Amino acid sequence: MDRQTLMLFGAIGAFLLLASAIGFVLKRRSHGSPNPVIDNLNARINAWWVMVLVIGIAFLLGTTAVIVLFYTVSFYALREFMTLTPTRRSDYPALVAAFYLALPLQYLLIYYDWYGLFSIFIPVYVFLLLPILASLGGDSTHFLERASKVQWGLMIAVFCVSHVPALLTLDIAGYEGRNLLLIAYLVIVVQMSDVLQYVCGKLFGKRKIAPNLSPSKTVEGFVGGILLASLIGCALWWITPFTAWQSLLIALLINLLGFAGGIVMSAIKRDRGVKDWGHMIEGHGGMLDRLDSVCFAAPIFFHLVRYGWT
Amino acid sequence: MLEPVVATLITSAARILTGARSLWLGCAPEPVQRIYFANHSSHGDFVLLWASLPPTLRTITRPVAGSDYWLKSPLRRYIINQVFNGVLVDRERKEPADNPLQPMLDALENGDSLIIFPEGTRNPDEGLLPFKSGLYHLARQYPQAQLIPVWIANLNRVMPKGRVLPLPLLCTISFGAALTLDEDESKTHFLERSREALLSLAGEHA
Repeated sequence: MDRQTLMLFGAIGAFLLLASAIGFVLKRRSHGSPNPVIDNLNARINAWWVMVLVIGIAFLLGTTAVIVLFYTVSFYALREFMTLTPTRRSDYPALVAAFYLALPLQYLLIYYDWYGLFSIFIPVYVFLLLPILASLGGDSTHFLERASKVQWGLMIAVFCVSHVPALLTLDIAGYEGRNLLLIAYLVIVVQMSDVLQYVCGKLFGKRKIAPNLSPSKTVEGFVGGILLASLIGCALWWITPFTAWQSLLIALLINLLGFAGGIVMSAIKRDRGVKDWGHMIEGHGGMLDRLDSVCFAAPIFFHLVRYGWT
Repeated sequence: MLEPVVATLITSAARILTGARSLWLGCAPEPVQRIYFANHSSHGDFVLLWASLPPTLRTITRPVAGSDYWLKSPLRRYIINQVFNGVLVDRERKEPADNPLQPMLDALENGDSLIIFPEGTRNPDEGLLPFKSGLYHLARQYPQAQLIPVWIANLNRVMPKGRVLPLPLLCTISFGAALTLDEDESKTHFLERSREALLSLAGEHA
């Protein structure tokens, strides 16, 4: 790891220490009486330690490890999506293709740096392949709906998420060998936006912003979280190829996209009658609960950097 | 010697593949004698149910399986007899004089818990088939054991009938509250009541 990466992880560690200390004090002040909000906060902070540790280890190991990490992330996200999405028996071939063909191939294309196919593989080729496979079963019940669900799951959990490690393939003049920091920038800004929306919402939240879709999101949390996270993005300009102003505006853009992603994914959960996508991350829910904002921010961030800086 | 290793391998694989999540909704994982009765959609059902029990309960819990399927090949015989210590029943009943429940009653007398699938066969569709009467007779003849309904959600999508390659979808195993057969309850009523108890767990896995 270079100096900047070390400083970055040092800062994240210090931030998490502070968060853990606050969580500890809050727990002490509640005198051991069970308080779901504080317990959930502490569970979330502990899960953050684990997530930062996992990402840190992948960064230490290098590019291939980061690609494998996001492959795994996509796998967990896809399985959560497909589990919550009812499919019929004749969708089996399409689901096999999703898990065992589309998912690994998308990440192999990043590994082999084949951008042309990477960008159209799922939206074009898999898009055509899946309904062909689904039609083999000869079952027309809800056909369009079923085909759309499998495609949608792949777009969100695999195509969108894969744009995070794809940042490693960009050749940015004067930024050689530092692309991992672009991933760090994207993940930190978007996740801090989630955290700060949660904190601002808990502290000042009054007016619900989308009561039917995501009852926990408030106007106060939205404004406070997005502004603060955009300032953090601005303050992180030194790890990016952007100027401070560019960094602020890009952070604002990906935060707005991340927020919209949270609303959209929440609408799907609500329609399926569940609160969380899964249970694998204590306090947060499933992989997709943690990832919904990244899914929507990553592709746009990728293209912005690709067209503006390479 | 090798059997515990094989058992661990099979249950670990099942747990990793399905993310098996156990929800003890109506009872706790206690070491008391029980008859777990579950919905049946795949040959993996008993493996997953068995795997979702704590290790101490696994050693005293035996799956009940159809001998027509499990005695067909040496590998199946090895797995059901040596690895899972299964109780084999004759579903086709070649000797009408035999009581098909006798192997299960023997196991219960021996202090073991059982895993049974009262639908009698794998159900490829949603919901539950009507129950066979075995559950009632066990409850009548061996009332000491608790009857625990167990809903296995999603495994029919992981391993659809007739497919070889499993899909890595998430499964949830919900354990309901113990049922008891009332003194003068009829067979039809009891079977319907236990079927309802199992079905009511289906909606609670989310």
